Amino acid sequence: MTTPSLPELDLTLRRTRLKIIQMSHLAKSAHLASALSCVDLVTLAYTNLLRFDPAHPADPGRDRFILSKGHAVSTLYAALAFRGVFPLGDLDHYNEDGGHLPEQPSPGCAPGVEWATGSLGHGLPVGIGMALAAKIRKQDYRVAVVMSDGECQEGSVWEAALFAPKHGLSHLLAMVDFNKWQATGRSTEIMAMDPLRAKWESFGWACHEIDGHNLSEILGAFSKFPDPHGRPTVIVAHTVKGKGVSFMEDDNNWHYRSPSAEEVEKARVELNLVGDALV
Amino acid sequence: MRNAFASEITALAATDPTLIMMTADIGNRLFDRFKDQFPDRLFNCGVAEANMIGMAAGLASGGFRPICYTITPFITYRCYEQIRVDVCYHQKPVTIVGTGSGLSYASLGVTHHSCEDIAVMRVLPGMTVLCPADAFEVRALLRASRLWNGPVYMRIGKKGEPTVHASTPELTIGKALPIRSGSEVALLSTGNMLPSAMETAGLLAQKGVSCEVVSFHTVKPLDEDYLRSAFSKFKLVATLEEHSILGGLGGSVAEWLADGDGPRARMIRLGTGDHFLHTAGEQEFAREHYGLTPAKISEAILSRLN
Repeated sequence: MTTPSLPELDLTLRRTRLKIIQMSHLAKSAHLASALSCVDLVTLAYTNLLRFDPAHPADPGRDRFILSKGHAVSTLYAALAFRGVFPLGDLDHYNEDGGHLPEQPSPGCAPGVEWATGSLGHGLPVGIGMALAAKIRKQDYRVAVVMSDGECQEGSVWEAALFAPKHGLSHLLAMVDFNKWQATGRSTEIMAMDPLRAKWESFGWACHEIDGHNLSEILGAFSKFPDPHGRPTVIVAHTVKGKGVSFMEDDNNWHYRSPSAEEVEKARVELNLVGDALV
Repeated sequence: MRNAFASEITALAATDPTLIMMTADIGNRLFDRFKDQFPDRLFNCGVAEANMIGMAAGLASGGFRPICYTITPFITYRCYEQIRVDVCYHQKPVTIVGTGSGLSYASLGVTHHSCEDIAVMRVLPGMTVLCPADAFEVRALLRASRLWNGPVYMRIGKKGEPTVHASTPELTIGKALPIRSGSEVALLSTGNMLPSAMETAGLLAQKGVSCEVVSFHTVKPLDEDYLRSAFSKFKLVATLEEHSILGGLGGSVAEWLADGDGPRARMIRLGTGDHFLHTAGEQEFAREHYGLTPAKISEAILSRLN
């Protein structure tokens, strides 16, 4: 895999943000802010972490990626398209009636979509099963799972958190997109989420707490995976819901609403993509 | 049935490298032989059923065909959404085995009863529902399930139940197994009620009523060929199950019948009623309570017949 330079990454990330804003506008779909908060984590996973061939996304030896917060799937579709797994033009048909890119991913809906999610708390147990399969078969593929912070209120997440360290699943990487919001309020106020890092650490995970929008910190955390001590790894990534567009940032209304054409153009200006050839 | 289950999966694992055994901290010493022979294919997943089912689906996506095992209410109701989304929606070859089904663990109370599991499992798209009648059917259905495509739910009883078969029968998933022939009443039994069904047929014979008994080990897919023939041939078709009369074998047959337009025998559903059992008691007591003893079953059949 050729590693893109930081300026190249920055451009891809801005384009990805604008693309998913356009998708939300066209499809009138919700959860835009949740998608924007994990753009950096998901995109960088596809550019700098996962070992796979975009031309053969079902290769048995590929690294697996599960977007457990399925409501942010526009980010996953965009990451796959920008990585060349399927044509960018497909994204214009996001959430169309009868189309193959639904608002929450269905099984095998598009090349590279590893698992159907949408109900929270499913991705980590499934990811553990995949990592366990690799361990039993002595294959070396890795499994990455991205969860939301609200999702960490599901009991199944902590059932999974208890299992993975016990079985030394060092090839498993969980990422928590800690954007501090859930559907109806602040995640840290609705439940006792803090201290999230200490919770994972006390369960026996190698834990890296980072700024989830700082590329160097994300890449730094990726470089420490797999854990040399044989533990599963979790990245607790502090993020901002709606990241990248000033009038969406940290405003939970964008959990629900979709942008107007005018707002898409305002976002284009903010993302410095006026006249961009690709998006 | 439990011991037959443990013995059969141990035998199957020897030739089937895709067989992974997962338990949620149940079966004390039951799987010792499996563990000795295949230590890397047995996982005690702890008291954490939702995670177990999700992991099984993940293992299945990696080419395995896992079997998940624990007490029936905990492997069905407790983790239902994982079964629905991760196993059924993804059509993964995971076999979910509930032990102590129906009223097998009656004395442990309603938390351990499962008289709704067939209903909630069979409504899932793509799910196959198997209810072996005795230890021999457990073995036969386990063998068949290894070659079956897609998710399977199997409800088994406890240990030491009476057997009806003398050896492991030849059977096919989705095809009812005739046990005793008769001409007036067809008694369709699913799961561990089969010995009682046989006793019932004996009691009916004493009253001059000829009763056919079949083991309806598969509730889904339903053996429609058998039903078509039974409803045209007999005066009465009775369904019998240690499960609610709502949504189980009786419910399945009634739904099938309602959609059909062929000749119709009368029908009676025998199973547990639409209420929980609040008193203490062993399985036989619970069956008595729900009218599931041979004496009460034959009485109900006779009264429906006349």
